[in-house]
Amino acid sequence: MYNKTVMDRFQSPKNAGSLRGANAIGQVGSSSCGDIMKMYFKINEETLVVEESKFKTFGCCASIACTDVACDLVKGKSLEEILKINSKQIAEVLGDLPENKVHSTVLAEEAIKAGVEDYFKRKERAAKRAAMLAEEMNSEQEEQE
Amino acid sequence: MERKIYLDNAATTYVSSEVLNEMLPCYNILYGNPSSLHSFGREAEAIVDRARDRIASAINAKSSNEIYFTSGGTEADNWAIKGIAHAYESKGKHIVVSAIEHHAILDSCAELEKEGYEVSYVPVNPDGLVNIAELIHAIRRDTTLVSVMAVNNEVGTIQNIKTIGKLCHDFNVIFHTDAVQAIGALKLDVQDMEIDVMSISGHKIYGPKGIGALYVRNGIKIDSIISGGSQERNKRGGTLNVPSIAGLGKAVESANKNLSENQQKYRILRKYFLSKLAENVEHYQLNGHAHQRVQNILNISFYGIEGESILMLLDLKGIAVSTGSACTSKSLLPSHVLKAMGIADEVAQGSIRFSFGKNTSKADIDIAVAELAKIVTKLRSISPLQAGRF
Repeated sequence: MYNKTVMDRFQSPKNAGSLRGANAIGQVGSSSCGDIMKMYFKINEETLVVEESKFKTFGCCASIACTDVACDLVKGKSLEEILKINSKQIAEVLGDLPENKVHSTVLAEEAIKAGVEDYFKRKERAAKRAAMLAEEMNSEQEEQE
Repeated sequence: MERKIYLDNAATTYVSSEVLNEMLPCYNILYGNPSSLHSFGREAEAIVDRARDRIASAINAKSSNEIYFTSGGTEADNWAIKGIAHAYESKGKHIVVSAIEHHAILDSCAELEKEGYEVSYVPVNPDGLVNIAELIHAIRRDTTLVSVMAVNNEVGTIQNIKTIGKLCHDFNVIFHTDAVQAIGALKLDVQDMEIDVMSISGHKIYGPKGIGALYVRNGIKIDSIISGGSQERNKRGGTLNVPSIAGLGKAVESANKNLSENQQKYRILRKYFLSKLAENVEHYQLNGHAHQRVQNILNISFYGIEGESILMLLDLKGIAVSTGSACTSKSLLPSHVLKAMGIADEVAQGSIRFSFGKNTSKADIDIAVAELAKIVTKLRSISPLQAGRF
């Protein structure tokens, strides 16, 4: 059913587990469709390059293998570059996948994109918080004056 | 690889040597066509007759001519649903089945729906028992057939067949039961249980694959679905598969012996499995009825992890099980049986069916549970869901 590459990735994933100091997390899927993928990214704030990536996945062998590959593919690449990673590239690394498991590659692509989105959302929130804080400090200063 | 352990006996069993011994001469010595008039044919016919008698007597059919051979449980189910619905079309175009039937039943119903029939799917309780009140409610004036499986193949719950049979007859409706998983696990008496039509299969009871039978009580009308000959009293065309029929006859006869002894053996194994599991694994649930059940099927959901992953890792250790969910088949949806029992999707996705057989030993269970414990821990360490929070 699965080829050796898929089975190896599934049996001994290189990137499984959570990531301490992750500054972006992409989670996709639902248990009703059978898979939940969670990708952790540690992104360099200045260069926007993914320095480290890990995953946690609830799902079949293919889904576990796909997220393991996705982690490999994003490492060392800029956010701009990883947005271009598509499901086909993930499938290519794994070789033949059963037809009914191709959706796992699509879900893994979505997990990467969700991670990037999460990074910018966090940035936006942080910026808003900083702006609010600055405003508060300003008004406090004005009051003191 | 280390020793292999087969815990998937509800999927299929090996062919026992007593069954094989009945079959082998039919391939090269007694190879006549039972429809032929000469001595070769008559010899083969005698073998078929003996198998028919054995099956009729095992299920307490009134007459052996109520047994029709088919290519398996699936054909028997297809035939029962479509053949009866069509034969009674003038009475009505409504049939009632349970929500947890095998796909051989459900897909046959779907075909009938395309032809303009109406089908009611009766819900089950959380333990997998068909809700009798709902069943009564579903029966209408134009209902011709009710079909409820005797034992569910995924969770092992035994239905109240006798109650349902009686009820159907009170409402003047034909009752069919898919007994594929029930034969060999419980005593089936078609007269006492008021079963009109019943599907049987060979390969779950140490018989060959590709052979089954349909019991049709005399007086019940059923249209043919396979034409092409006068075999089986003009009801099912095709040269009879004599070796397999001989095997089925022997398998059914043997399965019907030592019923309670076998269940007692499985009860002990089941208890042992559960105690070992409780010692070694956390956060799981048992699916199916606690006691109104066959003892050789265990369906367990492991929280926070997915069934196929568990299955594949067990397979790498030489341990064969199956997923309760349909993930390994083409469908990616959770099991319709567990869903009908009200089990949440993420719990249903994590279910595994362990099914014991004649050869299963406590030593097998020791190994299986030890490996299972390691696998569950490993998969939970890489799952985004927390098992303790289910």
